Amino acid sequence: MTHYVKTVCPYCGCGCSINLHVKNGRTVRTSPAVKDSINKGTLCIKGMLAHEFVHSPERLKTPLIKENGVFREATWDEALGIVADRFRKIKEESGGAAFGVLSSARAACEENYLMSKLARAVLATNNIDHCARL
Amino acid sequence: MAGLAKTMGAGAMTNSIEEITESQVLFVIGSNTTEQHPLIGSRVIEAVKNGAKLIVADPRRTYLAERAYIHLCLSPGTDVVLINAMINVIIEDGLFDENFIEKRTEGFEVLKQDVLQWTPERAERITGVKAEDIRRAARIYAGAERAMILYCMGITQHNCSTDNVIALSNLVMLTGNVGRPGTGLCPLRGQNNVQGACDMGALPDVLTGYQKVTDPNVREKFLRAWGAEIPDTPGLTVPEMFKAAEEGIIKAMYIIGENPAVSESHLSHVEKALAGLEFLVVQDIFLTETARFADVVLPACSFAEKDGTFTTTDRRVQRLRKAVEPLGNSKPDWQIIVELAARMGYNMTYKHPSEIMDEIASLTPSYGGISYDRLEGPGIQVPCPHKDHPGTPYLHKDSFARGKGKFIPVKYTPPAEKTDEEYPLVLTTGRVLYHYHTGTMTRKIDFLNKKCPGPFVEINPVDAQKFGISNGDVVYIKSRRGEIKAPARVTEKIKQGVVFVPFHFAEAAANYLTIDVLDPVAKTPQLKACAVNISAGGEKHGDN
Ligand code: SF4
Repeated sequence: MTHYVKTVCPYCGCGCSINLHVKNGRTVRTSPAVKDSINKGTLCIKGMLAHEFVHSPERLKTPLIKENGVFREATWDEALGIVADRFRKIKEESGGAAFGVLSSARAACEENYLMSKLARAVLATNNIDHCARL
Repeated sequence: MAGLAKTMGAGAMTNSIEEITESQVLFVIGSNTTEQHPLIGSRVIEAVKNGAKLIVADPRRTYLAERAYIHLCLSPGTDVVLINAMINVIIEDGLFDENFIEKRTEGFEVLKQDVLQWTPERAERITGVKAEDIRRAARIYAGAERAMILYCMGITQHNCSTDNVIALSNLVMLTGNVGRPGTGLCPLRGQNNVQGACDMGALPDVLTGYQKVTDPNVREKFLRAWGAEIPDTPGLTVPEMFKAAEEGIIKAMYIIGENPAVSESHLSHVEKALAGLEFLVVQDIFLTETARFADVVLPACSFAEKDGTFTTTDRRVQRLRKAVEPLGNSKPDWQIIVELAARMGYNMTYKHPSEIMDEIASLTPSYGGISYDRLEGPGIQVPCPHKDHPGTPYLHKDSFARGKGKFIPVKYTPPAEKTDEEYPLVLTTGRVLYHYHTGTMTRKIDFLNKKCPGPFVEINPVDAQKFGISNGDVVYIKSRRGEIKAPARVTEKIKQGVVFVPFHFAEAAANYLTIDVLDPVAKTPQLKACAVNISAGGEKHGDN
């Protein structure tokens, strides 16, 4: 059984609407959405292939922690525990000015908002930016 | 978008993608639209088919340049001169919109005096564009009832990027080409949610909706909502952060979905900064070049595995919908941030991104009317201040966001690095259609890799002959900061004296060569123009 979900192309700021076709829990095809879309049934080559990298074998599937220069797999619990500890310690020792936070123009609005909130309210820094300048 | 904010009071695309086909004249400057924003590129072509006149200013003969009514093939970094000369012609010929200037703007007299010096003949000597072509372009632009300007990285990646944008808005206001459908000044943002990231306050000096951190009322409002003091001085921009990291001031970085180890200018500095950090967390869907420097890597899920919103380059907030479950143990970025905050003793209680959007709406005037139940259809263009507001297809209808539009004369700042005997060519960098930014996603896709498998350098035939290079030769490209190699594409498409390298490829990262001089206001790195030399490496591409 294949069904599709209407969403937005992840590549450029045009924001074309795409239908992601899903089969057995995998994205198998992309087609242009027609209704309620800026692209009205067309897509460029990148958009047509929007589903492809989703199931790439190179995707990260688990947190990694570097030990003696090499990564090893870890649980969320352990990885987030280390991040929180180190951040807390650096904040205590050096204050908010010791942090740099890079949010992402590829992340959703809600995620950028939370990055800003985390930087300012939790890490006590205004050192937050993303690559809009690029 | 500091330039636009100064002149008109809002830094976004003034008009809509939908309106491109309503324009009579399209002026595309510093944007390889077809490769960077394919949909907008095809709308421009559609407009041309409908009879619109297309003017393209670009050192490369791009797809659109080839189809343009006039191609202004200017030297990189000389945009201000070109625009000032167009303004000079429009004033000289009396083609400006007196009524609009009188009612809606200030500072016209100052501008008028200032551009007297920028005759097309003088501009020709600096830009390399024939004075006659500058005159023609100016007259066509000013003669249209509805003319739209589209610009992109080419304009915003110079050390004079703010000036470039101000010069363009002078041109727009001079001719009254704003506040109506099919007109305006449209910065085309690169990545899919640049507009959203800016609107959400992922910037060092502002919170959501560009509310300034220096404003005590704003800080008070966020203190009440967030339960924490907001630091009152603006923070550091990306390039400044890497400098501070190199100097040991920044000790820890948290980077999500970005790959500065390929995308930033003057790369060797960035790598040194990343390597020197006490603690680095990278959150991404792939183990990027940047993630390799990390102490902890957190696996995020892709766009297909989560709900959320993206805001387009024309300010349309659209729903991203979850299609499949997160791969392996990966999680949506928002959820990771929520869990990390909790572990640091800060409670965030969202169960779904829609609740985050409700909070955004409550704190952000321009998103005040946005909520998920309203986003089921085509989305809503911000500003959308309240629940009954239909959204805003074009800005500045009856007045500018800052009240009166302001003309600001713009001086010409030559590129920070001049060519000389040792480095006689100007390097310009950019994108190609088949890849996206640093290629972390697109280079995983076979088809796209086959179409454009690796780096290349475009060289004009005259220069190629001068340096003894033929098509397909492996060429060393050297600047004062580094060296890369790539196979040569000898082509008329690039202006003489200029070479072009795309920046998607880590193995020949153009940003090893570029310079990290920043625009003093917008803090844009000067990725677009630096001095290089080239030499044949004595091998053909595909050897070894
Ligand atoms: S389909 Fe092409 S033009 Fe449309 S948003 Fe995606 S990359 Fe941009």
